[in-house]
Amino acid sequence: MQATSDLKTKPMYLNIGPNHPAMHGTLRVLAEIDGETIVRGVAEMGYLHRGFEKHCEVGTYTQVIPYTDRLNYISPLMNNVGYCMAVEKLIGCELPERAQIIRVIICELSRVTDHLVCIGTNVVDLGALTNFWYYFNVREKIYDFIEKICGARLTTNYVRIGGLMRDFHPEAAAELKNIIKEVGKATKQVRGLLEKNKIFIDRTAGVAAISAEEAINSGFTGPCLRAAGVDYDVRKDQPYLGYETYDFDIPIGESGDTYDRFLVRFEEMNQSFRLIEQALERLKPGPIMTNDRRVALPPKSEVYTNIEALMNHFKLIYEGVKPPPGEVYSATEAANGELGFYIVSDGGTHPYRVKCRPPCFPLYAAYPKMVQGRMIADAVAVLGSINIIAGELDR
Amino acid sequence: MGKIIDCFKNQFGEGVLSAHENFGDETLVVQKEILLELLQFAKENENLKFDLLMDICGVDYLEQSPRFEVVYHLYSVSKKHRIRIKTKVSAEDCKVPSCVSLWKAADWFEREAYDMMGIHFEGHPNLKRVLLFEGFEGHPLRKDYPINKRQKIPEPLERP
Repeated sequence: MQATSDLKTKPMYLNIGPNHPAMHGTLRVLAEIDGETIVRGVAEMGYLHRGFEKHCEVGTYTQVIPYTDRLNYISPLMNNVGYCMAVEKLIGCELPERAQIIRVIICELSRVTDHLVCIGTNVVDLGALTNFWYYFNVREKIYDFIEKICGARLTTNYVRIGGLMRDFHPEAAAELKNIIKEVGKATKQVRGLLEKNKIFIDRTAGVAAISAEEAINSGFTGPCLRAAGVDYDVRKDQPYLGYETYDFDIPIGESGDTYDRFLVRFEEMNQSFRLIEQALERLKPGPIMTNDRRVALPPKSEVYTNIEALMNHFKLIYEGVKPPPGEVYSATEAANGELGFYIVSDGGTHPYRVKCRPPCFPLYAAYPKMVQGRMIADAVAVLGSINIIAGELDR
Repeated sequence: MGKIIDCFKNQFGEGVLSAHENFGDETLVVQKEILLELLQFAKENENLKFDLLMDICGVDYLEQSPRFEVVYHLYSVSKKHRIRIKTKVSAEDCKVPSCVSLWKAADWFEREAYDMMGIHFEGHPNLKRVLLFEGFEGHPLRKDYPINKRQKIPEPLERP
């Protein structure tokens, strides 16, 4: 064994991705390796860049909403909500109560699907396929529900500026209760399989631990920051959609390693179930779109009988929403962390500038440092646990 | 004006060119010369403690002079408040000091702003494109970059 230092070695470069099943889509890491240890790594991205921000500048404010589906495509409803809230802040319109509650429900439902996919695929990378089926079975039930409310599974386009595209179907509440029960059962089963599993703990505990100061300095938000022990959650610290009136907890980890990131996600799902249950109890019949005529179409009965309403309808369809000049930054707690939209308006019908602050971006930037000095197999485990979604990373 | 803005004004006086609280977002427009010092103050001052750098982006106001704005969004985890800090740069002298020394998160945000808007961050350790490929001509989020412009598809690199 002692002879190894006399062996002549030279660094080897390994290209991981972009077309590699463990690289979750389109990420690429060029790693300098010594044996199986990563000495240095360079992360690359941009393979899924579609020019989201440039596209936003040519369409109307409403035409941006379908693009937001394609940001984080495993929880698209949350992006819809995040963008619409930024425009609503700019316009200053109030939401009816039912629309707010439905937004809370769809946000939490997306948080659950996001965590299901994150944990499910990550344990596949670690070699545990069973959990993946447990999770994707129940995820399918949530997707059936999402399909019922908006007609699409992924490209939801469900939220509108000032409200929602349409109301829940009458059986929605009963179906949701059933879904929560089934997803809760699957979560319990998968957690039972993993939480005290020796192999799983060996692969994840202590791997790529990040301290609280380091995480904050690197711009972490969401489950990855909370796993490091910082209790920052936009829903608690700067509440929106009435989150301050709900009873829920923010799970935090201790060591900021891959294992803690898993546990935080497990617990967040349970908290999301609690939120959905509370929201369902509050859900009373009512309007789902604001009365504000600057953003909402007038009812058809008025359009056909009243010239002002007809003009209003025409203007909103032909020109679109016209916010006042100014700039806003609106942040929501997406499944991965803080999803921010910075919108600059010049008073026209097109956004002057839209900047999306994707939660993955700083996470992926810190990734090469996190895996430095670790094995290649660890790099795969870490990448899954920070849950990079190429759609919102590259925009 | 809010306490946060006053805190900056007391410290930097003339360096803070203007401030507003439109739409509830506290915003400062500051001189480029004091930007780095001001960001450091924002991060380290006991009453401010803006320890989390949320975002850096550029905005192109083609008709105005100076043409570009560099926008920083900061958040304080302990104090739970936000601030937006902006500074203006002209097209001829499109440079601002890099704040990678303060926040590691700035590294890629600055690279993105350079990539998309062509703003140079002086002192950045590795200022190259992040979203687009090497050899891309121009900066696509500038207002004078046509939306339907095509780029040459790059040739594969020769193996060394």
